[in-house]
Amino acid sequence: MEIWRLPISASQRGKLISAGYTSLSSLSSISSSDLARELNVSESEAMNILKVASHSRGSETSNASCSIVEVLDTFQWWAGAQSAWDMLHDEESLMHITTSSADLDNILGGGIHCKEVTEIGGVPGIGKTQLGIQIAVNVQIPNDFGGLGGNSIYIDTEGSFMVERAFQIAEACIEDMSEYNRFLRKDFQECKIKMQPQDILENIFYFRICSYTEQIALINYLDKFLSEHKDVKVIVVDSVTFHFRQDFDDMALRTRVLSGMALKLMNLAKRFSLAVVLLNQVTTKHTEASFQLALALGDSWSHTCTNRIVLYWNGNERYAYIDKSPSLRSA
Amino acid sequence: MANKLISEIPLPKSIANVFSARNVSTAKDALSLTEFELMELLDVGLTEVRSALLQISEIVAPPYQTALSLMEQRFQNEHLGGHFPTGLKGLDAALCGGIPFGVLTELVGPAGIGKTQFCLKLSLLASLPTNYGGLDGRVIYIDVESKFSSRRLLEIGLRSFPEIFQMKEMAQEMAGRILVLRPTSLAEFTQSLEQIKVSLLQNQVKMLVIDSMAALVSGEHEQGARRQQTLSWHISFIKSLAEFSRIPVVVTNQVRSRNHDDASRYCFQVQSRDGAIETPMQYDSHLVAALGIQWAHAVTTRLVLEAKSGERFIKVAKSPISPPLAFPFHITSSGISLLSDDGKEVMGPEINAIHYQGHNEIINFGMEGLH
Repeated sequence: MEIWRLPISASQRGKLISAGYTSLSSLSSISSSDLARELNVSESEAMNILKVASHSRGSETSNASCSIVEVLDTFQWWAGAQSAWDMLHDEESLMHITTSSADLDNILGGGIHCKEVTEIGGVPGIGKTQLGIQIAVNVQIPNDFGGLGGNSIYIDTEGSFMVERAFQIAEACIEDMSEYNRFLRKDFQECKIKMQPQDILENIFYFRICSYTEQIALINYLDKFLSEHKDVKVIVVDSVTFHFRQDFDDMALRTRVLSGMALKLMNLAKRFSLAVVLLNQVTTKHTEASFQLALALGDSWSHTCTNRIVLYWNGNERYAYIDKSPSLRSA
Repeated sequence: MANKLISEIPLPKSIANVFSARNVSTAKDALSLTEFELMELLDVGLTEVRSALLQISEIVAPPYQTALSLMEQRFQNEHLGGHFPTGLKGLDAALCGGIPFGVLTELVGPAGIGKTQFCLKLSLLASLPTNYGGLDGRVIYIDVESKFSSRRLLEIGLRSFPEIFQMKEMAQEMAGRILVLRPTSLAEFTQSLEQIKVSLLQNQVKMLVIDSMAALVSGEHEQGARRQQTLSWHISFIKSLAEFSRIPVVVTNQVRSRNHDDASRYCFQVQSRDGAIETPMQYDSHLVAALGIQWAHAVTTRLVLEAKSGERFIKVAKSPISPPLAFPFHITSSGISLLSDDGKEVMGPEINAIHYQGHNEIINFGMEGLH
């Protein structure tokens, strides 16, 4: 590992190189005060540099010297790294958010997965916003009924969130729960539904975004918000494309900003164990001498989300197609 | 919020100076770059960049509301909870009260079907005082194709609300509330939009009608994707206008015939032929809405007006709060009226199709009916 790969500022790097330190091993035996003197920086800065250097070095050397057997046992050096076995255990205990459609839940393997980013796209009018609102309501189904009992964040970029519709969906959800209650637990009178549609609406945190700057700012801010509101279990972004399709002259900048945003969202999903649902629009793509529909934001965006569902019309019915998923078949 | 100056955000002095030294003056500039780019540009460490970005983001990010408080706010402050009743009972019921505030509603249909008539009726309704079902405010009508007829407007007023319009001063007052703009090019339109934004709040404007959006763009000599790009600024501007002033915005759109280029299938649909039901209706209606798919995504509610087997229908094609219903209507001297308040439910993508059959008979019949 060379110096130029370290995450330190450019001027510090420049000073290191001009003082003659070009590889990490050269930093291994120097003390922080000597380094401070050589580079002409403050002692705390020098300590910082050494700390960063030893971090990166530690992971490198350990890689080289362990055999396969030892690797399995001692895989916890990196903070946040997990062995595949532990992950399997975690995944099995993960809950899913139902989409209220049994078929869709089936092909999704139980529902929308937590700790993952799912993208849902489709032509206008097919029901993306409806599905988004439905998920924001369904996440609040209490644990007794097989739900997550959590709150939801709804990030609206287009203004298509209609409160009246959310109210209708909340009412229907409560009705469903009462029916389920009556059907299965006829004897237990105390399991009456105490939830009201207003309670459900109260647990949906609604953000309205008017530009892409606000979108980026909000995703940065969500980190703090989520640590204050630990009950949030799903973030719905409707839609993630809108502000990025208007007047972005620099396409490369757009790609960089979008991938940065996607990484942060994945990070949030993993750290707070929640599901992230992104709704996307469609655009026409010219492939094989014909125009076809494809989800917006380009090819590089399609790599960033974990799961992809496309909603489309087939005859008179709406169909969902799983375009991309690490654990499920295309269906 | 996006253009908030960094100097106004409480950041530690050292980093604020660095930002201004490198010409990163608004939040937009700072947030558009990735963390590493900022590190390179400003020559500071990762943790400092991160904490600065966090602080900027916290200030720029919009505040949240719970959906419940949103609903309560709407119901308390706005007319009928944020809906503008059109007077067509069936349609109003389907739309949960009427045309929603704060979002774009689109009327699309072939020529001569009644879009402008509908707009005239709506403008009239908006200018009426609230006890007659109106919004008691001004209306800005952007008339691109010079179709606005004040004579017809007064005729509609006279027939529908005789008690108001028979008095000359009242008629003058109502008609005086409707401001008609006639931009002749896209550039003029852009200019008037910006002026509208300024005068919206001052002048008690309660509705904006743009008739028609497609005509603005067809005047420009660009095709396909470039045309969409030209409009994209306008789309988001109009949406934000509607949003922050919470007024209903009605926009009309034209139709064009379907080309070979029109995409209607995804790549996975093309590959698997079995299981895909061939929809013969695709070849039946060769009309599609103009302005493309980006526009279709941007409007919140789409009302399709079409003519089928001699009758006219108004269909709720896209709406977050309504089922897909079609209502038969006709045009009378008092504007548009529904022939039946019970909508017929239309399944599948048929709701989006635009038919144009038997139209000539309607026109002839209508001429007789008017005399």
